Amino acid sequence: MIRTSGLRKTFPGGVEAVRGVDLAVEAGEIVGFLGPNGAGKTTTMRMLTTLLRPSGGTAVVAGHDLLADPRSVRRRIGYVSQGGGVSPGVPVKEELELHAALYGARPAEARGRIRELLDRFELTGLETRPGAALSGGQRRRFDLVFGLVHAPALLFLDEPTTGLDPQSRAHLWDHIRRLREEEGLTVFLTTHYLEEADTLADRLFIIDHGVIVAEGTPAELKGGGGTLDDVFLSITGRSLRDDALGAPGDPSAPGDPSGAGGVPGGPGAEAPDRPAAPADRADRADRNDMAETTAAGARRAADGER
Amino acid sequence: MDVIRETWLVFRHNVRILLRQKVGILFGVMQPLLYLVLFGPLFATIGTWETLVPGLLVQVSLLSAGMAGFGIVFDLRSGVLERLRVTPAHRVALLLGRVLGSSLILLIQSVLLIALGYAFGLRAPLPGVLAGLAIMALLGVSLAALSNAIALTLDPDLFAPVVSTVVVPLILLSGAFLPMSMAPAWLDAVSRATPFRHVVEAVRDLFAGHYATAAVGVGVGVALALSAVCVAVGTRVFNRANA
Ligand SMILES: Nc1ncnc2c1ncn2[C@@H]1O[C@H](COP(=O)(O)OP(=O)(O)OP(=O)(O)O)[C@@H](O)[C@H]1O
Ligand SMILES: [Mg+2]
Repeated sequence: MIRTSGLRKTFPGGVEAVRGVDLAVEAGEIVGFLGPNGAGKTTTMRMLTTLLRPSGGTAVVAGHDLLADPRSVRRRIGYVSQGGGVSPGVPVKEELELHAALYGARPAEARGRIRELLDRFELTGLETRPGAALSGGQRRRFDLVFGLVHAPALLFLDEPTTGLDPQSRAHLWDHIRRLREEEGLTVFLTTHYLEEADTLADRLFIIDHGVIVAEGTPAELKGGGGTLDDVFLSITGRSLRDDALGAPGDPSAPGDPSGAGGVPGGPGAEAPDRPAAPADRADRADRNDMAETTAAGARRAADGER
Repeated sequence: MDVIRETWLVFRHNVRILLRQKVGILFGVMQPLLYLVLFGPLFATIGTWETLVPGLLVQVSLLSAGMAGFGIVFDLRSGVLERLRVTPAHRVALLLGRVLGSSLILLIQSVLLIALGYAFGLRAPLPGVLAGLAIMALLGVSLAALSNAIALTLDPDLFAPVVSTVVVPLILLSGAFLPMSMAPAWLDAVSRATPFRHVVEAVRDLFAGHYATAAVGVGVGVALALSAVCVAVGTRVFNRANA
Protein backbone atom coordinates (compact mmCIF):
# COMPACT_ATOMS: atom_id res chain seq x y z
CA MET A 1 0.00 0.00 0.00
CA ILE A 2 2.87 2.34 0.76
CA ARG A 3 6.39 1.89 -0.51
CA THR A 4 8.88 4.69 -0.22
CA SER A 5 12.53 4.83 -1.02
CA GLY A 6 14.88 7.52 0.16
CA LEU A 7 12.06 9.99 0.75
CA ARG A 8 13.48 13.36 1.71
CA LYS A 9 12.25 16.84 2.47
CA THR A 10 14.39 19.87 3.00
CA PHE A 11 12.38 23.00 3.65
CA PRO A 12 13.38 26.31 2.17
CA GLY A 13 15.67 27.72 4.80
CA GLY A 14 17.51 24.45 5.08
CA VAL A 15 15.58 22.46 7.68
CA GLU A 16 16.11 18.82 6.77
CA ALA A 17 12.84 17.54 8.16
CA VAL A 18 12.94 14.11 6.51
CA ARG A 19 16.28 12.64 5.51
CA GLY A 20 15.78 9.46 3.55
CA VAL A 21 12.84 7.40 4.71
CA ASP A 22 12.15 3.87 3.47
CA LEU A 23 8.75 2.53 4.40
CA ALA A 24 6.76 -0.50 3.37
CA VAL A 25 3.17 -0.88 4.49
CA GLU A 26 1.06 -3.80 3.27
CA ALA A 27 -2.62 -3.69 2.45
CA GLY A 28 -4.81 -4.23 5.49
CA GLU A 29 -2.13 -3.30 7.99
CA ILE A 30 -2.48 -0.80 10.78
CA VAL A 31 0.88 0.84 11.10
CA GLY A 32 1.93 3.26 13.78
CA PHE A 33 4.42 6.02 13.09
CA LEU A 34 6.08 7.18 16.28
CA GLY A 35 8.63 9.80 17.04
CA PRO A 36 9.27 12.79 19.24
CA ASN A 37 8.05 16.27 18.34
CA GLY A 38 9.71 17.58 15.23
CA ALA A 39 10.94 14.14 14.16
CA GLY A 40 9.39 14.47 10.72
CA LYS A 41 6.11 12.53 11.06
CA THR A 42 3.78 15.20 9.75
CA THR A 43 6.20 16.13 6.99
CA THR A 44 6.38 12.51 5.86
CA MET A 45 2.60 12.23 5.90
CA ARG A 46 2.13 15.43 3.97
CA MET A 47 4.45 14.11 1.30
CA LEU A 48 2.65 10.79 1.14
CA THR A 49 -0.71 12.54 0.82
CA THR A 50 0.51 14.67 -2.13
CA LEU A 51 0.42 17.91 -0.17
CA LEU A 52 4.13 18.45 -0.05
CA ARG A 53 6.56 17.84 -2.85
CA PRO A 54 9.43 15.61 -1.74
CA SER A 55 12.93 17.01 -2.22
CA GLY A 56 14.07 13.55 -3.19
CA GLY A 57 13.20 9.89 -3.24
CA THR A 58 10.28 8.00 -4.67
CA ALA A 59 7.03 6.62 -3.33
CA VAL A 60 4.18 4.46 -4.48
CA VAL A 61 1.03 5.11 -2.48
CA ALA A 62 -2.18 3.12 -2.85
CA GLY A 63 -0.91 1.62 -6.08
CA HIS A 64 0.10 4.84 -7.82
CA ASP A 65 3.28 6.77 -8.16
CA LEU A 66 3.19 9.77 -5.87
CA LEU A 67 4.86 12.16 -8.26
CA ALA A 68 3.62 10.88 -11.59
CA ASP A 69 -0.01 10.38 -10.69
CA PRO A 70 -1.01 12.29 -7.57
CA ARG A 71 -4.66 12.44 -8.58
CA SER A 72 -5.02 8.67 -8.54
CA VAL A 73 -3.30 8.59 -5.17
CA ARG A 74 -5.71 11.19 -3.82
CA ARG A 75 -8.69 9.23 -5.03
CA ARG A 76 -7.80 6.25 -2.87
CA ILE A 77 -6.57 7.87 0.32
CA GLY A 78 -8.05 9.72 3.23
CA TYR A 79 -6.09 12.11 5.42
CA VAL A 80 -6.82 13.55 8.82
CA SER A 81 -4.28 16.28 9.42
CA GLN A 82 -2.78 17.04 12.78
CA GLY A 83 -4.51 20.41 12.97
CA GLY A 84 -7.80 19.33 11.44
CA GLY A 85 -9.84 21.07 8.79
CA VAL A 86 -13.26 21.95 10.12
CA SER A 87 -14.32 25.39 8.99
CA PRO A 88 -15.21 27.61 11.94
CA GLY A 89 -17.88 29.54 10.06
CA VAL A 90 -19.68 26.98 7.91
CA PRO A 91 -22.14 24.31 9.04
CA VAL A 92 -20.11 21.10 9.00
CA LYS A 93 -22.81 19.32 7.05
CA GLU A 94 -22.30 21.57 4.05
CA GLU A 95 -18.58 20.99 4.13
CA LEU A 96 -19.08 17.26 4.45
CA GLU A 97 -21.41 17.13 1.49
CA LEU A 98 -18.98 19.10 -0.65
CA HIS A 99 -16.12 16.95 0.50
CA ALA A 100 -17.91 13.73 -0.39
CA ALA A 101 -19.09 15.13 -3.72
CA LEU A 102 -15.54 16.03 -4.69
CA TYR A 103 -14.75 12.33 -4.46
CA GLY A 104 -17.53 11.72 -6.94
CA ALA A 105 -20.10 10.46 -4.46
CA ARG A 106 -23.72 10.89 -5.45
CA PRO A 107 -25.70 13.07 -3.02
CA ALA A 108 -27.92 10.29 -1.68
CA GLU A 109 -25.01 7.93 -1.30
CA ALA A 110 -22.97 10.63 0.44
CA ARG A 111 -25.77 11.49 2.81
CA GLY A 112 -26.15 7.86 3.78
CA ARG A 113 -22.47 7.46 4.48
CA ILE A 114 -22.35 10.74 6.40
CA ARG A 115 -25.31 9.72 8.53
CA GLU A 116 -23.67 6.42 9.35
CA LEU A 117 -20.39 8.03 10.34
CA LEU A 118 -22.05 10.74 12.41
CA ASP A 119 -23.90 8.05 14.23
CA ARG A 120 -20.76 6.05 14.82
CA PHE A 121 -18.87 9.00 16.23
CA GLU A 122 -21.87 10.25 18.20
CA LEU A 123 -22.08 13.47 16.29
CA THR A 124 -25.64 13.23 15.03
CA GLY A 125 -27.40 16.56 15.47
CA LEU A 126 -24.18 18.53 15.67
CA GLU A 127 -23.61 18.60 11.91
CA THR A 128 -25.74 21.69 11.40
CA ARG A 129 -23.38 23.72 13.56
CA PRO A 130 -20.38 25.61 12.31
CA GLY A 131 -17.02 24.43 13.61
CA ALA A 132 -16.71 27.38 15.98
CA ALA A 133 -19.75 26.13 17.87
CA LEU A 134 -18.24 22.70 18.56
CA SER A 135 -15.94 21.48 21.30
CA GLY A 136 -12.40 20.52 20.40
CA GLY A 137 -13.09 16.82 20.68
CA GLN A 138 -16.24 17.12 18.60
CA ARG A 139 -14.30 18.95 15.95
CA ARG A 140 -11.66 16.25 16.03
CA ARG A 141 -14.29 13.58 15.51
CA PHE A 142 -15.64 15.52 12.55
CA ASP A 143 -12.12 15.53 11.15
CA LEU A 144 -12.28 11.75 11.24
CA VAL A 145 -15.60 11.77 9.44
CA PHE A 146 -14.03 13.90 6.71
CA GLY A 147 -11.23 11.39 6.41
CA LEU A 148 -13.58 8.43 6.13
CA VAL A 149 -16.56 9.78 4.23
CA HIS A 150 -15.37 8.53 0.83
CA ALA A 151 -14.44 5.07 2.08
CA PRO A 152 -10.72 5.31 1.29
CA ALA A 153 -8.55 2.24 0.86
CA LEU A 154 -5.71 3.85 2.78
CA LEU A 155 -6.17 6.20 5.68
CA PHE A 156 -3.54 8.58 7.03
CA LEU A 157 -4.19 9.80 10.54
CA ASP A 158 -1.93 12.40 12.11
CA GLU A 159 -2.47 12.18 15.85
CA PRO A 160 -6.14 11.33 15.41
CA THR A 161 -6.98 10.82 19.04
CA THR A 162 -5.28 13.84 20.53
CA GLY A 163 -7.91 15.80 22.38
CA LEU A 164 -10.38 12.91 22.47
CA ASP A 165 -11.74 11.56 25.70
CA PRO A 166 -10.98 7.90 26.42
CA GLN A 167 -14.36 6.76 25.25
CA SER A 168 -14.13 8.51 21.90
CA ARG A 169 -10.65 7.16 21.54
CA ALA A 170 -11.88 3.64 22.10
CA HIS A 171 -14.64 4.24 19.58
CA LEU A 172 -12.16 5.27 16.97
CA TRP A 173 -10.02 2.23 17.60
CA ASP A 174 -13.06 -0.02 17.30
CA HIS A 175 -14.08 1.70 14.14
CA ILE A 176 -10.67 1.40 12.58
CA ARG A 177 -10.42 -2.26 13.45
CA ARG A 178 -13.86 -2.87 12.02
CA LEU A 179 -13.10 -1.07 8.78
CA ARG A 180 -9.98 -3.09 8.42
CA GLU A 181 -11.95 -6.28 8.93
CA GLU A 182 -14.86 -5.38 6.70
CA GLU A 183 -13.26 -3.31 3.98
CA GLY A 184 -9.60 -4.20 4.21
CA LEU A 185 -8.71 -0.62 5.16
CA THR A 186 -5.04 0.14 5.57
CA VAL A 187 -4.14 2.68 8.24
CA PHE A 188 -0.99 4.69 8.74
CA LEU A 189 -1.16 6.75 11.90
CA THR A 190 1.02 8.83 14.15
CA THR A 191 0.41 8.90 17.82
CA HIS A 192 2.01 9.93 21.05
CA TYR A 193 -0.07 7.47 23.03
CA LEU A 194 1.66 4.36 24.20
CA GLU A 195 -1.50 2.34 24.42
CA GLU A 196 -2.60 3.30 20.96
CA ALA A 197 0.68 2.22 19.49
CA ASP A 198 0.78 -0.97 21.48
CA THR A 199 -2.73 -2.29 21.04
CA LEU A 200 -3.95 -0.78 17.81
CA ALA A 201 -0.93 -1.04 15.55
CA ASP A 202 0.24 -4.26 13.95
CA ARG A 203 3.57 -2.74 13.23
CA LEU A 204 5.50 0.36 14.22
CA PHE A 205 8.04 2.64 12.66
CA ILE A 206 9.98 4.94 14.91
CA ILE A 207 11.37 8.06 13.32
CA ASP A 208 13.83 10.48 14.87
CA HIS A 209 15.60 13.45 13.30
CA GLY A 210 14.07 12.57 9.96
CA VAL A 211 15.25 8.97 9.73
CA ILE A 212 13.64 5.66 10.66
CA VAL A 213 15.49 4.38 13.70
CA ALA A 214 13.46 1.27 14.49
CA GLU A 215 10.80 -0.90 12.94
CA GLY A 216 8.84 -3.97 13.94
CA THR A 217 5.75 -5.30 15.66
CA PRO A 218 5.18 -3.97 19.15
CA ALA A 219 6.23 -7.37 20.48
CA GLU A 220 9.41 -7.44 18.42
CA LEU A 221 10.35 -3.97 19.52
CA LYS A 222 9.78 -4.80 23.12
CA GLY A 223 11.99 -7.87 22.77
CA GLY A 224 11.95 -10.05 25.84
CA GLY A 225 11.01 -7.69 28.61
CA GLY A 226 10.37 -4.03 28.98
CA THR A 227 7.63 -1.82 27.64
CA LEU A 228 7.32 0.02 24.39
CA ASP A 229 8.10 3.13 26.32
CA ASP A 230 11.46 1.76 27.42
CA VAL A 231 12.29 1.04 23.79
CA PHE A 232 11.16 4.46 22.69
CA LEU A 233 13.07 6.09 25.52
CA SER A 234 16.25 4.24 24.76
CA ILE A 235 16.08 5.04 21.06
CA THR A 236 14.94 8.63 21.10
CA GLY A 237 15.76 9.78 24.58
CA ARG A 238 12.14 10.70 25.22
CA SER A 239 9.25 9.05 26.92
CA LEU A 240 5.89 8.09 25.51
CA ARG A 241 4.21 7.67 28.85
CA ASP A 242 1.37 9.98 29.70
CA ASP A 243 2.55 10.44 33.23
CA ALA A 244 5.99 11.41 32.07
CA LEU A 245 4.77 14.76 30.92
CA GLY A 246 3.52 17.95 32.42
CA ALA A 247 -0.19 18.10 33.04
CA PRO A 248 -1.68 16.60 29.89
CA GLY A 249 -4.77 18.73 30.18
CA ASP A 250 -2.89 21.98 30.45
CA PRO A 251 -4.03 24.04 27.51
CA SER A 252 -1.09 26.38 27.80
CA ALA A 253 1.43 23.60 27.37
CA PRO A 254 3.72 25.09 24.77
CA GLY A 255 5.25 21.88 23.62
CA ASP A 256 3.14 20.89 20.71
CA PRO A 257 3.43 23.08 17.64
CA SER A 258 5.03 21.17 14.84
CA GLY A 259 7.88 23.29 15.93
CA ALA A 260 8.64 25.25 12.81
CA GLY A 261 12.13 26.55 13.05
CA GLY A 262 12.82 24.53 16.14
CA VAL A 263 15.57 22.03 16.48
CA PRO A 264 14.04 18.58 16.47
CA GLY A 265 13.62 17.65 20.05
CA GLY A 266 14.71 21.09 21.12
CA PRO A 267 13.20 23.15 23.90
CA GLY A 268 9.47 23.28 23.84
CA ALA A 269 9.34 19.75 22.54
CA GLU A 270 8.93 18.40 26.02
CA ALA A 271 5.34 17.31 26.12
CA PRO A 272 4.57 14.54 23.67
CA ASP A 273 0.94 14.90 24.53
CA ARG A 274 -1.15 17.65 23.08
CA PRO A 275 -3.41 19.63 25.34
CA ALA A 276 -6.73 17.93 25.74
CA ALA A 277 -8.38 21.26 25.28
CA PRO A 278 -8.64 22.28 21.65
CA ALA A 279 -6.23 24.82 20.41
CA ASP A 280 -8.00 27.93 19.33
CA ARG A 281 -8.12 28.97 15.73
CA ALA A 282 -5.19 31.30 15.74
CA ASP A 283 -3.13 28.71 17.48
CA ARG A 284 -4.10 26.11 14.92
CA ALA A 285 -3.09 28.49 12.23
CA ASP A 286 0.36 28.94 13.61
CA ARG A 287 0.73 25.28 14.13
CA ASN A 288 -0.20 24.35 10.65
CA ASP A 289 -0.34 26.38 7.60
CA MET A 290 0.99 29.77 8.29
CA ALA A 291 4.14 28.48 9.81
CA GLU A 292 4.69 26.36 6.79
CA THR A 293 3.91 28.95 4.21
CA THR A 294 6.09 31.82 5.13
CA ALA A 295 9.28 32.49 6.88
CA ALA A 296 7.58 35.18 8.91
CA GLY A 297 4.94 32.69 9.95
CA ALA A 298 7.64 30.28 10.96
CA ARG A 299 9.25 32.96 13.02
CA ARG A 300 5.96 33.71 14.69
CA ALA A 301 5.40 30.10 15.52
CA ALA A 302 8.88 29.86 16.90
CA ASP A 303 8.29 32.93 19.02
CA GLY A 304 5.11 31.37 20.27
CA GLU A 305 7.10 28.44 21.49
CA ARG A 306 9.34 30.39 23.73
CA MET B 1 -16.16 16.88 -17.54
CA ASP B 2 -14.98 16.27 -14.04
CA VAL B 3 -13.47 19.72 -13.98
CA ILE B 4 -16.79 21.34 -14.77
CA ARG B 5 -18.64 19.28 -12.20
CA GLU B 6 -16.05 20.01 -9.53
CA THR B 7 -16.00 23.70 -10.36
CA TRP B 8 -19.77 23.78 -10.07
CA LEU B 9 -19.68 22.03 -6.69
CA VAL B 10 -17.10 24.39 -5.26
CA PHE B 11 -18.88 27.38 -6.79
CA ARG B 12 -22.23 26.42 -5.30
CA HIS B 13 -20.68 25.83 -1.91
CA ASN B 14 -18.88 29.16 -1.92
CA VAL B 15 -21.84 31.12 -3.17
CA ARG B 16 -23.93 29.70 -0.37
CA ILE B 17 -21.35 30.88 2.13
CA LEU B 18 -20.89 34.28 0.51
CA LEU B 19 -24.60 34.98 0.18
CA ARG B 20 -24.99 34.46 3.89
CA GLN B 21 -22.80 37.47 4.47
CA LYS B 22 -25.29 40.05 3.29
CA VAL B 23 -23.73 42.86 5.28
CA GLY B 24 -20.37 42.04 3.74
CA ILE B 25 -21.81 42.22 0.25
CA LEU B 26 -23.32 45.61 1.00
CA PHE B 27 -20.15 46.94 2.56
CA GLY B 28 -18.12 45.79 -0.41
CA VAL B 29 -20.10 48.14 -2.61
CA MET B 30 -20.60 50.88 -0.02
CA GLN B 31 -17.70 53.06 -1.07
CA PRO B 32 -18.72 53.30 -4.75
CA LEU B 33 -22.32 53.84 -3.66
CA LEU B 34 -21.21 56.77 -1.56
CA TYR B 35 -19.26 58.16 -4.48
CA LEU B 36 -22.36 57.84 -6.57
CA VAL B 37 -24.49 59.72 -4.06
CA LEU B 38 -22.04 62.32 -2.80
CA PHE B 39 -19.79 62.83 -5.83
CA GLY B 40 -22.10 61.86 -8.70
CA PRO B 41 -24.31 64.96 -8.63
CA LEU B 42 -21.19 67.12 -8.69
CA PHE B 43 -19.66 65.13 -11.55
CA ALA B 44 -22.93 65.31 -13.46
CA THR B 45 -22.54 69.06 -13.76
CA ILE B 46 -19.50 68.58 -16.02
CA GLY B 47 -19.97 65.01 -17.27
CA THR B 48 -22.59 62.30 -17.63
CA TRP B 49 -23.77 59.46 -15.42
CA GLU B 50 -22.88 57.12 -18.26
CA THR B 51 -19.26 58.21 -17.83
CA LEU B 52 -19.19 58.03 -14.05
CA VAL B 53 -20.93 54.73 -13.35
CA PRO B 54 -18.52 52.55 -15.42
CA GLY B 55 -15.69 54.07 -13.39
CA LEU B 56 -17.46 53.21 -10.16
CA LEU B 57 -18.00 49.69 -11.45
CA VAL B 58 -14.29 49.23 -11.89
CA GLN B 59 -13.81 50.69 -8.43
CA VAL B 60 -16.15 48.12 -6.90
CA SER B 61 -14.45 45.32 -8.82
CA LEU B 62 -11.11 46.22 -7.29
CA LEU B 63 -12.55 46.71 -3.82
CA SER B 64 -14.71 43.59 -3.86
CA ALA B 65 -13.10 40.91 -6.03
CA GLY B 66 -9.67 42.33 -5.27
CA MET B 67 -10.21 41.45 -1.63
CA ALA B 68 -11.44 37.92 -2.34
CA GLY B 69 -8.12 36.55 -1.10
CA PHE B 70 -9.25 37.18 2.46
CA GLY B 71 -11.46 34.13 2.25
CA ILE B 72 -8.63 31.87 1.27
CA VAL B 73 -6.40 33.12 4.08
CA PHE B 74 -9.15 32.05 6.41
CA ASP B 75 -9.39 28.60 4.84
CA LEU B 76 -5.66 28.24 4.90
CA ARG B 77 -5.58 28.95 8.61
CA SER B 78 -8.43 26.66 9.53
CA GLY B 79 -6.96 23.75 7.57
CA VAL B 80 -9.93 23.70 5.19
CA LEU B 81 -7.76 24.39 2.18
CA GLU B 82 -5.44 21.54 2.96
CA ARG B 83 -8.39 19.22 3.42
CA LEU B 84 -9.70 20.20 -0.01
CA ARG B 85 -6.28 19.78 -1.56
CA VAL B 86 -6.22 16.13 -0.50
CA THR B 87 -9.36 15.42 -2.49
CA PRO B 88 -8.90 14.35 -6.12
CA ALA B 89 -10.60 17.53 -7.35
CA HIS B 90 -8.69 19.35 -10.07
CA ARG B 91 -6.72 22.24 -8.65
CA VAL B 92 -8.15 24.57 -11.25
CA ALA B 93 -11.66 23.61 -10.14
CA LEU B 94 -10.86 24.35 -6.50
CA LEU B 95 -9.68 27.80 -7.53
CA LEU B 96 -12.20 28.55 -10.25
CA GLY B 97 -15.23 27.54 -8.17
CA ARG B 98 -14.15 30.01 -5.53
CA VAL B 99 -13.29 32.73 -7.99
CA LEU B 100 -16.58 32.40 -9.86
CA GLY B 101 -18.36 32.76 -6.53
CA SER B 102 -16.57 36.04 -5.90
CA SER B 103 -17.40 37.12 -9.42
CA LEU B 104 -21.09 36.45 -8.86
CA ILE B 105 -21.01 38.58 -5.73
CA LEU B 106 -19.36 41.34 -7.76
CA LEU B 107 -22.19 41.11 -10.29
CA ILE B 108 -24.76 41.51 -7.54
CA GLN B 109 -22.91 44.56 -6.28
CA SER B 110 -22.66 45.95 -9.80
CA VAL B 111 -26.39 45.59 -10.33
CA LEU B 112 -26.98 47.43 -7.05
CA LEU B 113 -24.73 50.23 -8.19
CA ILE B 114 -26.33 50.47 -11.62
CA ALA B 115 -29.82 50.44 -10.10
CA LEU B 116 -28.95 53.31 -7.80
CA GLY B 117 -27.35 55.05 -10.77
CA TYR B 118 -30.67 54.80 -12.59
CA ALA B 119 -32.39 56.48 -9.68
CA PHE B 120 -29.99 59.38 -10.09
CA GLY B 121 -30.21 59.72 -13.84
CA LEU B 122 -28.14 57.04 -15.51
CA ARG B 123 -29.75 56.14 -18.85
CA ALA B 124 -27.72 53.32 -20.36
CA PRO B 125 -29.41 50.99 -22.87
CA LEU B 126 -30.08 47.45 -21.64
CA PRO B 127 -27.79 45.67 -24.15
CA GLY B 128 -25.01 48.03 -23.12
CA VAL B 129 -25.61 47.32 -19.44
CA LEU B 130 -25.65 43.57 -20.02
CA ALA B 131 -22.46 43.68 -22.05
CA GLY B 132 -20.91 45.84 -19.32
CA LEU B 133 -21.89 43.27 -16.71
CA ALA B 134 -20.31 40.52 -18.78
CA ILE B 135 -17.06 42.44 -18.77
CA MET B 136 -17.42 42.94 -15.02
CA ALA B 137 -17.82 39.19 -14.59
CA LEU B 138 -14.51 38.65 -16.40
CA LEU B 139 -12.89 41.34 -14.32
CA GLY B 140 -14.26 39.69 -11.20
CA VAL B 141 -12.73 36.35 -12.18
CA SER B 142 -9.38 38.00 -12.93
CA LEU B 143 -9.16 40.02 -9.77
CA ALA B 144 -10.41 37.28 -7.49
CA ALA B 145 -7.93 34.79 -8.97
CA LEU B 146 -5.12 37.29 -8.60
CA SER B 147 -6.19 38.16 -5.09
CA ASN B 148 -6.20 34.49 -4.10
CA ALA B 149 -2.77 34.03 -5.61
CA ILE B 150 -1.43 37.03 -3.71
CA ALA B 151 -3.03 35.83 -0.49
CA LEU B 152 -1.36 32.44 -0.84
CA THR B 153 2.01 33.91 -1.68
CA LEU B 154 2.29 36.83 0.68
CA ASP B 155 2.62 36.75 4.42
CA PRO B 156 -1.05 36.75 5.41
CA ASP B 157 -0.49 39.70 7.71
CA LEU B 158 0.64 41.76 4.75
CA PHE B 159 -2.26 40.86 2.51
CA ALA B 160 -4.71 43.54 3.62
CA PRO B 161 -2.28 46.47 3.77
CA VAL B 162 -0.59 45.57 0.49
CA VAL B 163 -3.75 44.96 -1.48
CA SER B 164 -5.57 48.02 -0.19
CA THR B 165 -2.52 50.13 -1.01
CA VAL B 166 -2.26 48.77 -4.53
CA VAL B 167 -5.96 49.16 -5.20
CA VAL B 168 -6.11 52.94 -4.74
CA PRO B 169 -3.61 53.93 -7.46
CA LEU B 170 -5.18 51.38 -9.79
CA ILE B 171 -8.58 52.99 -9.32
CA LEU B 172 -7.15 56.46 -9.89
CA LEU B 173 -5.17 55.33 -12.93
CA SER B 174 -8.22 53.71 -14.49
CA GLY B 175 -9.73 57.15 -14.89
CA ALA B 176 -12.69 56.06 -12.84
CA PHE B 177 -13.47 59.51 -11.47
CA LEU B 178 -12.42 61.75 -14.34
CA PRO B 179 -11.69 60.71 -17.92
CA MET B 180 -7.98 60.23 -18.48
CA SER B 181 -8.19 62.23 -21.68
CA MET B 182 -8.02 65.26 -19.39
CA ALA B 183 -4.75 64.08 -17.86
CA PRO B 184 -1.21 65.24 -18.69
CA ALA B 185 0.53 63.03 -21.23
CA TRP B 186 2.70 61.10 -18.78
CA LEU B 187 -0.24 60.22 -16.53
CA ASP B 188 -2.26 59.20 -19.56
CA ALA B 189 0.60 56.92 -20.64
CA VAL B 190 0.89 55.27 -17.23
CA SER B 191 -2.85 54.81 -17.17
CA ARG B 192 -2.79 53.06 -20.54
CA ALA B 193 -0.40 50.52 -19.12
CA THR B 194 -3.03 49.32 -16.65
CA PRO B 195 -5.78 47.00 -17.82
CA PHE B 196 -8.49 48.83 -15.90
CA ARG B 197 -8.21 51.96 -18.03
CA HIS B 198 -9.22 49.94 -21.08
CA VAL B 199 -12.04 48.22 -19.26
CA VAL B 200 -13.49 51.53 -18.06
CA GLU B 201 -13.39 52.98 -21.55
CA ALA B 202 -15.06 49.95 -23.06
CA VAL B 203 -17.87 50.01 -20.51
CA ARG B 204 -18.30 53.76 -21.04
CA ASP B 205 -18.83 53.17 -24.75
CA LEU B 206 -21.25 50.35 -24.03
CA PHE B 207 -23.21 52.49 -21.58
CA ALA B 208 -23.38 55.24 -24.18
CA GLY B 209 -24.85 52.78 -26.65
CA HIS B 210 -21.75 52.57 -28.86
CA TYR B 211 -21.13 48.88 -29.29
CA ALA B 212 -18.80 48.47 -32.25
CA THR B 213 -15.97 50.75 -31.22
CA ALA B 214 -12.26 50.19 -30.96
CA ALA B 215 -12.42 50.87 -27.23
CA VAL B 216 -14.96 48.08 -26.76
CA GLY B 217 -12.79 45.69 -28.76
CA VAL B 218 -9.70 46.54 -26.76
CA GLY B 219 -11.57 46.44 -23.43
CA VAL B 220 -13.06 43.02 -24.12
CA GLY B 221 -9.72 41.71 -25.35
CA VAL B 222 -7.95 43.02 -22.25
CA ALA B 223 -10.59 41.55 -19.93
CA LEU B 224 -10.38 38.15 -21.62
CA ALA B 225 -6.60 38.08 -21.63
CA LEU B 226 -6.44 39.28 -18.04
CA SER B 227 -8.75 36.55 -16.80
CA ALA B 228 -6.84 33.86 -18.68
CA VAL B 229 -3.53 35.02 -17.24
CA CYS B 230 -4.85 35.47 -13.71
CA VAL B 231 -6.54 32.06 -13.60
CA ALA B 232 -3.37 30.43 -14.92
CA VAL B 233 -1.23 32.18 -12.31
CA GLY B 234 -3.76 31.46 -9.59
CA THR B 235 -3.88 27.76 -10.43
CA ARG B 236 -0.11 27.56 -10.41
CA VAL B 237 0.13 29.17 -7.02
CA PHE B 238 -2.75 27.10 -5.72
CA ASN B 239 -1.04 23.96 -6.87
CA ARG B 240 2.13 24.80 -5.07
CA ALA B 241 0.61 26.44 -2.03
CA ASN B 242 2.13 25.11 1.10
CA ALA B 243 4.38 22.75 -0.78
N1 LIG C 1 7.24 24.67 6.50
C1 LIG C 1 8.32 24.38 7.23
N2 LIG C 1 9.42 25.12 7.09
C2 LIG C 1 10.53 24.84 7.79
N3 LIG C 1 10.62 23.85 8.67
C3 LIG C 1 9.56 23.07 8.86
C4 LIG C 1 8.34 23.29 8.17
N4 LIG C 1 7.44 22.36 8.57
C5 LIG C 1 8.07 21.60 9.48
N5 LIG C 1 9.33 22.02 9.66
C6 LIG C 1 10.34 21.41 10.53
O1 LIG C 1 10.52 20.08 10.13
C7 LIG C 1 10.74 19.24 11.25
C8 LIG C 1 9.73 18.11 11.24
O2 LIG C 1 8.44 18.63 11.48
P1 LIG C 1 7.16 17.70 11.55
O3 LIG C 1 5.98 18.60 11.60
O4 LIG C 1 7.23 16.73 10.45
O5 LIG C 1 7.36 16.98 12.94
P2 LIG C 1 6.43 15.91 13.67
O6 LIG C 1 7.21 14.67 13.79
O7 LIG C 1 5.12 15.84 13.01
O8 LIG C 1 6.29 16.56 15.12
P3 LIG C 1 5.03 16.65 16.14
O9 LIG C 1 5.06 15.44 16.98
O10 LIG C 1 5.35 17.87 16.94
O11 LIG C 1 3.80 16.80 15.34
C9 LIG C 1 10.65 20.14 12.46
O12 LIG C 1 11.97 20.47 12.84
C10 LIG C 1 9.92 21.35 11.97
O13 LIG C 1 10.34 22.48 12.68
MG1 LIG D 1 3.24 16.33 13.54
